[in-house]
Amino acid sequence: MEKRVRILVAKPGLDGHDRGAKVVARALRDGGFEVVYTGLRQTPEQIAEAALQEDVNVIALSLLSGAHNHLFPRIVELIRANGMNDVLIIGGGVIPDSDIAGLKAAGIAEVFTPGTSTTTIIDFINANV
Amino acid sequence: MDIAEELLNGSRLALSRAITAVENEHDNAVDIMQKLYAHTGNAHVIGITGPPGAGKSTLTDKLAKEYRKQGKTVGIIAVDPTSPFSGGAILGDRIRMNDLTLDKGVFIRSMGTRGSLGGLSRKTAETVKIMDAAGHDIILVETVGVGQSEVDIIKTADTIIVVLVPGLGDDIQAIKAGILEIGDVFAINKADHEGVDRLHTELEMMLDLNQQKTEWRPPVKRVIANRGEGITELAESIAQQIDQSKQSGQFVTRRKERTRSELLVMLDELLGRHVRNKLSVDGKIDKLVASVESRVRNPYAVVNEIIASVLR
Repeated sequence: MEKRVRILVAKPGLDGHDRGAKVVARALRDGGFEVVYTGLRQTPEQIAEAALQEDVNVIALSLLSGAHNHLFPRIVELIRANGMNDVLIIGGGVIPDSDIAGLKAAGIAEVFTPGTSTTTIIDFINANV
Repeated sequence: MDIAEELLNGSRLALSRAITAVENEHDNAVDIMQKLYAHTGNAHVIGITGPPGAGKSTLTDKLAKEYRKQGKTVGIIAVDPTSPFSGGAILGDRIRMNDLTLDKGVFIRSMGTRGSLGGLSRKTAETVKIMDAAGHDIILVETVGVGQSEVDIIKTADTIIVVLVPGLGDDIQAIKAGILEIGDVFAINKADHEGVDRLHTELEMMLDLNQQKTEWRPPVKRVIANRGEGITELAESIAQQIDQSKQSGQFVTRRKERTRSELLVMLDELLGRHVRNKLSVDGKIDKLVASVESRVRNPYAVVNEIIASVLR
């Protein structure tokens, strides 16, 4: 059996900076993961549908616009409504520490803020999938 | 309900999970395929191949939209290379297809090659069957960016579109064997770029020299995929090709050939696995390897003996 972990790297919302997402995508590839990258400016509905079609094990959300408190929980909700209850959803970007507890309560498994090494992200995924 | 039943009842999650089961060779994969097989064979499978950067993903996106306008449902399989070093992959073809994501008449699946060298992954053909069983009218299979010899797509598609762009090479490139021999329809993308007339002429000349196989002479169509120009005409050529192929009997011949090769490959795989399992018992294989390595015996005699003992 050839299990390979599949990860959707997605950028919800309107910010146009995907340098970070691309660096993470590349690091995940080098970590042996299959990374589906969907590009900029995705709606929560698009992200949930892409995750369904690709049957990913992990969804990594990157967001720099400040709309995380609105968009992240919405995405979790849509993913779960599709019946994908076992998907690990993580987030990253400029997210204030004070928001992290709320995001975790909404179903985001972990939040990675600027300065996180890519190894930390890979280790977290390997430990939780 | 099991996955196959749910899929046949229209569940998109079941469709997605069935593909994963097959791709990762889960225990239930064979069972799923057995239940789906009777429901396959209805879709028109179109392969889209060509060198990296030719615009295959963009063209796939535009063709899918053209078929949606005709009211047909579309499955898309987009294959990208797996890293030979890490085993990971960046599957980025969806970037060109974001508008299709929320269309319920379209289902897109990205796949890594996972070590296959023919331009597809080992499980692409079965993924085509799963999408077919799910009722998609058209299945577009986009290969990895290919060079000259990655022609596995002929084992999967009813119609093959070879996408080329101006400026890749001189006319010697056009008479080389390989992907240029497998096209049923040629699309010259980025037809607003310099060198398009020359490429077009070279292709037409090459095709005029190739009059062997059938009465179908592959047409060469110019497109500008990112602006959507020439797509309707390309779809018309594809429709003509499939009609002609059905009339001439080529369609049936190709599918029969495909079924034969799939059957034989499956037989090889399962038989090989069975024999290997037997040989691994009690270190039998290690003893055989040692006897061959020390030149006490030769590999030809050893293999004959193994086959004789298995088929006994």
